[in-house]
Amino acid sequence: MSETETNSGSLAVWKTRGQNFMRRTRMTRRRLALFLAVVGPGLITSNVDNDAGGIATYTAAGAQFGYTLLWLLVPMTIILYVSEEMCARMGVITGKGLSDLIREEFGFRSTFFVMIAALAVDLGNTVAEFAGVAASMQIFGVNKFVSVPLAGLAVWLLVVKGSYRQVEKIFLVACGFYLSYVVSAILAKPDWLVAAKETVAPTLHFNTEYLMIITALVGTTIAPWQFFYLQAGFVEKRVGPKQYKHARMDVLVGSISCMAIVFFIIVACAATLHKNGMTNITDAAQAAEALAPLAGKWASLLFAFGLLNASLFAASILPLSTAHVICEGLGFEAGIDRKLKEAPAFYALYTGLIVVGGGIILLPKAPLFKILLWSQVANGVWLPVVLIFVMLLINRRDLMGDHTNTWAFNLVAWAASIITIILTVLFVYSLLTDPGSTGMSGTLLHWL
Amino acid sequence: MLHATEVIGAQTFDSLGNYVGRIKEIFVEPADQPNRVARMLIGRGQYRPLVARYDQIASVVPGRIGLTTDEAALDLYRPNEAWLAVGKDLLDQQIIDTNGRKVVRVNDIDLSDHRTNGNTELRITQVDVGLPGAVRRLLQGVVPPMAIRRIQEKLPPRKILWEFVNLIEPDPLRRVKLRLSSQKLAALHPADIADIMEELSPDERQGLIGSLDEETAAEAISELDKRLQTQVMEKLDPEQAAHIIEEMSPDAAADLIASLDSETSKEVLGEMEHREAHEVEQLLKFGPDTAGGMMTTEIVVVSEDATRGEVVDYIRFHEIPPDQIDNVVLINKDAAIAGTVPVARLLLSGSDQRMSELSFEPLLSVKADAHDKDVFELFDKYNLRSLTVVSRENHPIGAITVDDVVNRMHARM
Repeated sequence: MSETETNSGSLAVWKTRGQNFMRRTRMTRRRLALFLAVVGPGLITSNVDNDAGGIATYTAAGAQFGYTLLWLLVPMTIILYVSEEMCARMGVITGKGLSDLIREEFGFRSTFFVMIAALAVDLGNTVAEFAGVAASMQIFGVNKFVSVPLAGLAVWLLVVKGSYRQVEKIFLVACGFYLSYVVSAILAKPDWLVAAKETVAPTLHFNTEYLMIITALVGTTIAPWQFFYLQAGFVEKRVGPKQYKHARMDVLVGSISCMAIVFFIIVACAATLHKNGMTNITDAAQAAEALAPLAGKWASLLFAFGLLNASLFAASILPLSTAHVICEGLGFEAGIDRKLKEAPAFYALYTGLIVVGGGIILLPKAPLFKILLWSQVANGVWLPVVLIFVMLLINRRDLMGDHTNTWAFNLVAWAASIITIILTVLFVYSLLTDPGSTGMSGTLLHWL
Repeated sequence: MLHATEVIGAQTFDSLGNYVGRIKEIFVEPADQPNRVARMLIGRGQYRPLVARYDQIASVVPGRIGLTTDEAALDLYRPNEAWLAVGKDLLDQQIIDTNGRKVVRVNDIDLSDHRTNGNTELRITQVDVGLPGAVRRLLQGVVPPMAIRRIQEKLPPRKILWEFVNLIEPDPLRRVKLRLSSQKLAALHPADIADIMEELSPDERQGLIGSLDEETAAEAISELDKRLQTQVMEKLDPEQAAHIIEEMSPDAAADLIASLDSETSKEVLGEMEHREAHEVEQLLKFGPDTAGGMMTTEIVVVSEDATRGEVVDYIRFHEIPPDQIDNVVLINKDAAIAGTVPVARLLLSGSDQRMSELSFEPLLSVKADAHDKDVFELFDKYNLRSLTVVSRENHPIGAITVDDVVNRMHARM
């Protein structure tokens, strides 16, 4: 009698436990679904940061200084997060793109010059991305006259024929492919303890080359176009103030995952190239080839695949973002969801950037180095302007209501902006005085 | 013809030829006259700015304005919400072109000048949204005005007449002060209004909905994409939301309410009229993927013994809107479904023909809990325009129309 009672009693307990568990999983699932509905712009934008030029710089950093630059990733994550979060917030609260806001608040002329700079910088970067495609495909034995036109066509078709949601899904998959760098790093058998120690308790160096590579790292990671793309992404997804928490989480996850990939790239190069004295390797394709005898064929191929993925990914997003920004600012219709006839200027710009960007790579005697150099310089000039616009806009109560920066956030944001601006100015200065010395995307030229 | 960029920033001289200051802004007073430049704001550096009324302006040429009075006769500037500031409220802002049915950004404003008894009045004629305006904005003050005019003549113009311009002002109070009307906008097709709303930021969208009458707002909101619908409705106050939802067909209303969070939907249902709220609540009981979840309850039900003439009189007498009668549903003595008559068959039949003779073969209906895939299949197989939904006891309770099916299938794609 008593036994059955306890039995049914424990059964009831198990039943409620089961129900609670079910309810909890359902709630988690619902929360996850809410998050996934918002996720995308932050993750994509941060990962595109690791484009061909970026990977070249990280490779150079790892090869030249081994693990000793890893500490920089922590402040860089903060800078990336702080600047991107402001744009995400602006997009979510105002429902307007960054170039829309600049146009409405600062007038036509400011907008026009921001747009010209955007065009110059992004064209240069697009050239670098196609150079990355050419270089990585060469490792797989494909000639650049085949790979570059094919890549250009693929990228063009993706955007012209796809809808925003489809394109975003493909981009999210591309984000996943960055994991090839993680595998590559593990195959390189690095000294994880040293890597961990250098991340939190660094050994600093004080020489010109070290400073130079720091400025290059920051300069390639914080790029103005990403602010525009990020904000437009949230606006186009119609993320409202209610989902702001999720948007912020998206940006945070994006910034951290981006820097985690940088960590693995630097570690892979430090464990192989730097350890074996190959410190003067300055580009990613060289690194991929050098990895083969040191860490095995798979590490090398994965490294090359990572570069290809990153280049293709950025080659589709950069022209897209640029076309978007310019059309928005100057009042032309824009957006992936528009048909070709509805937004001719948008598609003309997008197509033009891909054709010119890819075409330059194929020209036998194109002044590639000068193009990349000047686009980096334009980037350096553009970045402070955009950062200041962002800081001014985010603190406008009439636009942002209660969502302006708090004073503490302002402190961090201004500090981050000023540090970024100083480093960018230094970067530009070093480029202009001694163009060969930095591990910038100009080094992509080696393969051409 | 003049342009706002040529007037804003112009040097101003009084009747004696003394320099007063530069024009900082020009205002229209819509309550007074919808297109006349009523006031000009003259900045004087460290001194307080002055305002010149339209009858105090003697002459206007690009970059230079002459007054009819001396400086002392001008008023000091006090901000006024009822004045439309051309520089701040119009230039670089988005407006709705009600003629072209889209949202555009203003590059410049065209002004015409009219001379009347010794003074010059400016009137807004068109809004420039094309390249000429852009070039002028870029070069104004850098290149002499005449050179700009020569360049812009070669560019293709894109202009919107002032009467087709619908300003976007999110603040409802200011809308009233500026006498902004949405008449032209409300006359557009609801699908076009929805497209325009999708272009705007949330605040502007909300302002636009507030400026439309409830019926138009309901139609436009029904055309918005799902996500925006929810966003828009959740931002409205429950009473306004209820009034708008009451204007919708019960199935659209039920779909919309089902997408709101539970708190808002309760509030909105509470504010709705009892009968309509009850209808919607009945529909909400059906799962979203079932026939019941797709149907509308607005159907025409008649006895199978009725004649065609009786039915037509019935429809006329009750003033049933034509978009609700794709089919007339027939019932027998037990109030169970006995057939459906497509409305087109009524046209071709004699007035004393019995409805049962006109019925569509085979007798088709679905149970309210049927899966929507089965519904799609029936529509496809029999090329239906409308399908009757029945209760478990075979009483007709609603109908699914082909546009509901198209909507669902489109959403799945």
